[in-house]
Amino acid sequence: MRHRACRTTLALMLAFSLTGCSATRMNTAAEVRPWHSINEFRDQRFADVEDPWEGFNRNMYRFNFYLDRYLLIPVVNGYEYVTPTFVQERVSGIYNNLSEIRNLTNSIFQLKGIESATTLGRFVTNSTVGLAGMFDPAAKFGLKRHDQDFGKTLGYWGTASGPYLVLPVFGPSSVRDAGGLAFDTGLTYGVYSAVDPFAGTGHSTAIDSGVAALQTVDLRHQQGFRYYDSGYPFEYYMVRFLYHQSREIETGKAPEAESP
Amino acid sequence: MYLKLLIICCLLLLPLPSLAADGGYGYPIPGSYEATILGTPASVMPVFTGEMRIRQLVLDVLPQRRKPPVFFYDKGLRCTFAYQKQKAPLVFLIAGAGANDRSGKLITMMKALHQAGFHVITLPSPSHANFIISASQSGVPGDLTEDSADLYRVMETAWKQVAGEIEVSSFYLGGYSLGAAEAAFVAKLDEERRVFNFRKVLMINPPVSLYASVTRIEEMLQQIPGGPKKQGIFFNKMLSKFSEYYSAGNFVAINDDFLYSIYQEKLFSHEETAGLIGLTFRINLAGMIFASDVITNSGYVVPKNRVLRPADPLDDYFLVSTHLSFFDYVNEYFYPHFQKKRQGLTREAFLESQTLRSIEGYLKSSAKFGVMANENDFILSKAELAYLEQIFGERAKIYPRGGHLGNLEYKENVAYMVAFFTEREAQP
Repeated sequence: MRHRACRTTLALMLAFSLTGCSATRMNTAAEVRPWHSINEFRDQRFADVEDPWEGFNRNMYRFNFYLDRYLLIPVVNGYEYVTPTFVQERVSGIYNNLSEIRNLTNSIFQLKGIESATTLGRFVTNSTVGLAGMFDPAAKFGLKRHDQDFGKTLGYWGTASGPYLVLPVFGPSSVRDAGGLAFDTGLTYGVYSAVDPFAGTGHSTAIDSGVAALQTVDLRHQQGFRYYDSGYPFEYYMVRFLYHQSREIETGKAPEAESP
Repeated sequence: MYLKLLIICCLLLLPLPSLAADGGYGYPIPGSYEATILGTPASVMPVFTGEMRIRQLVLDVLPQRRKPPVFFYDKGLRCTFAYQKQKAPLVFLIAGAGANDRSGKLITMMKALHQAGFHVITLPSPSHANFIISASQSGVPGDLTEDSADLYRVMETAWKQVAGEIEVSSFYLGGYSLGAAEAAFVAKLDEERRVFNFRKVLMINPPVSLYASVTRIEEMLQQIPGGPKKQGIFFNKMLSKFSEYYSAGNFVAINDDFLYSIYQEKLFSHEETAGLIGLTFRINLAGMIFASDVITNSGYVVPKNRVLRPADPLDDYFLVSTHLSFFDYVNEYFYPHFQKKRQGLTREAFLESQTLRSIEGYLKSSAKFGVMANENDFILSKAELAYLEQIFGERAKIYPRGGHLGNLEYKENVAYMVAFFTEREAQP
């Protein structure tokens, strides 16, 4: 199910970027040099991030905008409309608790002892006392959540982020983080298949698809970001910058001060 | 032992005398710049309970407007509408410079007023790209008279769209910063047009003169090393400082705790903080300049007649637009545009028309206005603050601190705003 969704997405995305390229420029009048142009300014760029595939990324950014607009957000709105807030919070809790597996493996990969113990403590407490993550009693015991993923692990061990990359569905990323995402997804999928919690029911494929679909909806429900929502004409650059910088900072890499 | 205790007590009591001196006003951040950047800490914001009946409005204000492909995502002017089941007054709220209808400050005002029983419609600032693209007749923002006429058209369109769903007893109007000055001009226009007959108009942290206020913001950017032309270098330096501070400390994420700690540890100097406010202003201004240039095809930063496609890179325009000052905009683009339309218009006369002084007689004579201002708001000079007190007298509420808009979401300020609208209407 998930694979088929991926394939459809890919096909759509390809079709989309192609139409983007084939659109002809409808210039009728000749262009005139503007009053101000880039040549007059001798200054560093700010909000600058390595982005050699900007054309592709912008098309993908736009693809996600339409995907949100015509599919994901209506579904999320429907979900928010039919389920009480209490239920929504419990659903988010369960998925957030499952993602502690990702946090745990990656804080172990980074050899962070205390953080790993904290995350393990959170997972055990919330899975049991917290009823499979529906509640978060661990936070009351002072165990703070530490979000980790394989992209951060790679960054921690010195891998540079590589060029900026906008992924279909997932949005802003980088070459390193996209690899990390693939790894984490594989790992979670592996753990899930090994445990196979719904094997006994005889409908495990159907249930698994449901679990994955609900996860996608919950992910978008928890995330406030909406493409082009700011209405700011340079939003693409601001989002790119904020994504890149927060990742750099959180992997513990301070940007080097460039000389002018 | 007792001595130690006494010293600790003294230290703890230190802030109290200063609190007593300003009538017990409890907004916690004394610095003007710091207050402006940090706003109101969540712990001293009002608490809102209950669900809001709320809906997004997407208005087709200018049906004739052909939108350039680069703005493909702009489907119309976005406003937010919160409503009551029962009959109630409807309050229109106008955002400050560069902000849209969902800015944090507007949403707080909306929640407070909705909880107090009002219908509310929030509007983006005429300086925001969405407004320029979808609602500005001329496409050239910044003129209080024209922008107010555009706002009035937007309000009529919005009202037409919701009139069938709600019962309205009377219309009120409010705005902050640039939106406050616009509210005054919209109210004046309403005296002729009489569509709404606004009974109350609240102006929060208004400029007296647009040009003078923006000059003061531009000056903040003059203080950075190398001046505004080296803003990129300045910004990157600040960013390194920020990141190093994060790496050195034991922070879990970039969140409010982290930001508040930057303030407490005084990571940025006074001049640097000023520079960051100035730069934020420039980033907003860049969006306005670019949107206006594309809509009017003026050839200011984008080559005239170039049709930008949705996936075209815009980073050169971004860099150029952020390096243009408000003075560049006024002298090279804004004033010439109006000079062409109105023969014999001098620069001085034009800039004077962008002030509250130009409608002073009206503001003085009408009892419907209320003003909230801060003593340490850096967009006002001492004389301008005194001017507001002189024009509005009792109806001007001056707070001892809060910077520019920093205390807008503070619970006492929010309570004052709600009280202003709930009090009995002044009889015309």
